[in-house]
Amino acid sequence: MDILTFLAQGFAVALEPQHLFLALIGCALGTLIGALPGLGPVNGVALMIPLTFNFGLTPTAALILLVSIYYGCMYGGRISSILLNIPGDEPAMMTTLDGYPMALKGRGGEALGLSGVASFIGATVATIGLTLFAPLLVGFAIRFGPAEYFALFVLAFATIGGVTSGSLTKSFIAACLGLLLGTVGIDAVSSVPRYTFGWFELYDGIDFIVALVGLFAISECLVFLEDTRHGSKPTMKLGSAIPGMRSAWQCSPTIARSSLIGFIAGVLPGAGAALGSFLSYTLEKRWLGRRGDFGRGDPRGVAAPEAGNNAAAGGALIPMLSLGIPGSGTTAVLLALLLSMNITPGPLLFAQQPEMVWGLVAALFIGNVMLLVLNIPLVGFFAKVLQAPGWFLMPMVVMVAFVGVYSLSNSAFDLYLMLAFGVLGYVLRKLEIPTVPVVLGLLLGGQMEYNMRRAMSISGGDWSILWNSGISIGIYAFAITLIVAGLVFGWMVKQRM
Amino acid sequence: MPTIKHARHGLAASALLGLGLAFSAPSQALPISECIAPADPGGGWDFTCRSVGKLLLELDLVDSPVQVTNMPGGVGAVAFSNVASKRPADSDLVVATSTVGMTQIAQGQYPGGADTMRWLAMLGTDVGVILVDDESRFESLDQLLETMVEEPDSLAMAGSSGAGGWDHIRALMLAKAAGMPADQIGSVRWVQFDGGGPAVTQMMGGHVDVVSTDLGEIAGFIESGDVRVLAVLSEEPLPEPFADLPTAVSQGYDVTGYNWRGFYTGGEVSDEDYTAMVDTLQTLYESDEWKDVAQQNGLVPLWRGGEEFNDFVRQSIDEVETVSREIGVIQ
Repeated sequence: MDILTFLAQGFAVALEPQHLFLALIGCALGTLIGALPGLGPVNGVALMIPLTFNFGLTPTAALILLVSIYYGCMYGGRISSILLNIPGDEPAMMTTLDGYPMALKGRGGEALGLSGVASFIGATVATIGLTLFAPLLVGFAIRFGPAEYFALFVLAFATIGGVTSGSLTKSFIAACLGLLLGTVGIDAVSSVPRYTFGWFELYDGIDFIVALVGLFAISECLVFLEDTRHGSKPTMKLGSAIPGMRSAWQCSPTIARSSLIGFIAGVLPGAGAALGSFLSYTLEKRWLGRRGDFGRGDPRGVAAPEAGNNAAAGGALIPMLSLGIPGSGTTAVLLALLLSMNITPGPLLFAQQPEMVWGLVAALFIGNVMLLVLNIPLVGFFAKVLQAPGWFLMPMVVMVAFVGVYSLSNSAFDLYLMLAFGVLGYVLRKLEIPTVPVVLGLLLGGQMEYNMRRAMSISGGDWSILWNSGISIGIYAFAITLIVAGLVFGWMVKQRM
Repeated sequence: MPTIKHARHGLAASALLGLGLAFSAPSQALPISECIAPADPGGGWDFTCRSVGKLLLELDLVDSPVQVTNMPGGVGAVAFSNVASKRPADSDLVVATSTVGMTQIAQGQYPGGADTMRWLAMLGTDVGVILVDDESRFESLDQLLETMVEEPDSLAMAGSSGAGGWDHIRALMLAKAAGMPADQIGSVRWVQFDGGGPAVTQMMGGHVDVVSTDLGEIAGFIESGDVRVLAVLSEEPLPEPFADLPTAVSQGYDVTGYNWRGFYTGGEVSDEDYTAMVDTLQTLYESDEWKDVAQQNGLVPLWRGGEEFNDFVRQSIDEVETVSREIGVIQ
């Protein structure tokens, strides 16, 4: 077996003491960066690049460090989602939906343990997929043209009603609000600015990190401020992480399905980890129908998005390494690192730089184990965070939010925008309109629109291109099945009552 | 387009800026200590800042690492207006730019013209390429352009810029050179993707027919033989390993399409500091290390510095403005 020989060589590279040490540093740092609201994998990896130059790291060593941070962020994002209802980064957003309710019920430790295991399995599935199928998957990914991507986003929006347990209408309103906000900025197709009011800061559109931090972290603080009756946060019992292992076993079908969905979403360039965790969650919710207790602290609602986003993070490395196209902001930064180290990713990378590629793959396996080992005992440490009084915790959250958002673009404008989103989030909460679909609309709407218009440019305005391929028809059929199944199921439940 | 921002915004920014300056005060003597990449990490401008910053340190032209600041927005307009309004006299600041930024100025998309800034130098240039899939029916540039002129709506072309961007304009300049009448130019279908790599993979998947973009980003696909290069848009054939690729000029179409990489600094920087910065960049350019970095990234090392570069930028802006007007991108 060629692959096994290569992988063995890769482990020889990854197990060198320097590389092991860097992987450990990367995992720990990544977990921290991921957990801090506003700081996500993109900033984490970008901030580290100058350091890799200063320490004169070899390309392999630098890549191991940065990819460990990337994987670490995917683990870390869940921590603040579960404990504070504030996602550390956008793929962790879906984890708030059931993770925080679990924490409120005193099952925070279980949620952390479970999500740690789910993350591990998701990432491992993706790494195995990367090892075995990278060349094959490239062939699959290039069959996705604009029309097929559009179908994928239609599927995503067809399931958006299932995101939260509240009213369907309110989810719909929230998603439309997100779509509306997503149209701000220079239209990439025609280069015409839309809804920018002459502010150059809006030309690139609204950064979803800014929206995310505002809608979650800032509005959480506003709600806290208003809630004067609680001078300090009610102390939540965290519980132990050990039940997490047991529920991980019970959730194993969920984790398996979600890992697969996340991985596929990751392989498709442009879809990314957020779509991976989103589709994993909503599809799992549909799959289980009313058998689940989603939105009120169902462990499967924690396992699904965590397995999904970690699998997507691993999958996203495939187009980056083998086609040289970044599937997400983070992989774009990794790509830049490779280029500035004179390594050109592309179809020949696996043949020209086998040591580096397989060393990286082996480092991913090792990093994953490290992250699992790091994360389970740390549950006790996170408990301390949770028990910190609100007058201490909330100012910290605000400070980190400001620093994180300012580090994105060095722009005070984004800080004001973040505050505006904080107020918006507060108002939406008062109206009981869920905030998650707002970010999803913002995140997915732009790509959906561009892919539709690219398809139109290709066909010269002939709409039939949208359903001209087997892949798109398959995706639409799946979306329709989901909607119809949802309606029929709802009708049956009503009949019984 | 208003160039003055909210007073409060300015105040907050200058307070933060003041803080930053207070921290960086000890490194005043350096000719270059900060490079603004007017884009997110990962793009071409980011690469320019990071690779040049790294080399400046390695060659001991600066004593401490050059800080790279990402300031995305408006295809460079945010960084341009920031430097113009807040840091016009910062003597240790450079901003990465390229033909793309220049095209924006020519089409009036920046808050100011070329005179707002002092143009330092270009260090190298990427070269435009016209590509088709390796199994495409088009074997030569002649064949492609003939089809384009005869049935302009039968092809879908793609690249990394939007309509009216540099990738699009270069392709249309070729079509014009092949005799396409002005009223037909709008009927060539143009599809924008988020980079040359995605455009090429979409072409490999059979979704578009032709790609017009820069060589650097997609060099891997040429080496692997997945695409066929119909023309490179340079005056002379490129150095190895791309020496065999045919130029458009050698096939009888007098069109070149470079995408140079360079820097500007604030408009109020003193002559003395300006000269020091240009000299530093020239020393970097003359090193073997730069030649290696440039070549490995598909850039052809090419120097234009100081006043010569200033004149070049102005002249190029005039040219792009003319072409944009001819193809109807600006009125």
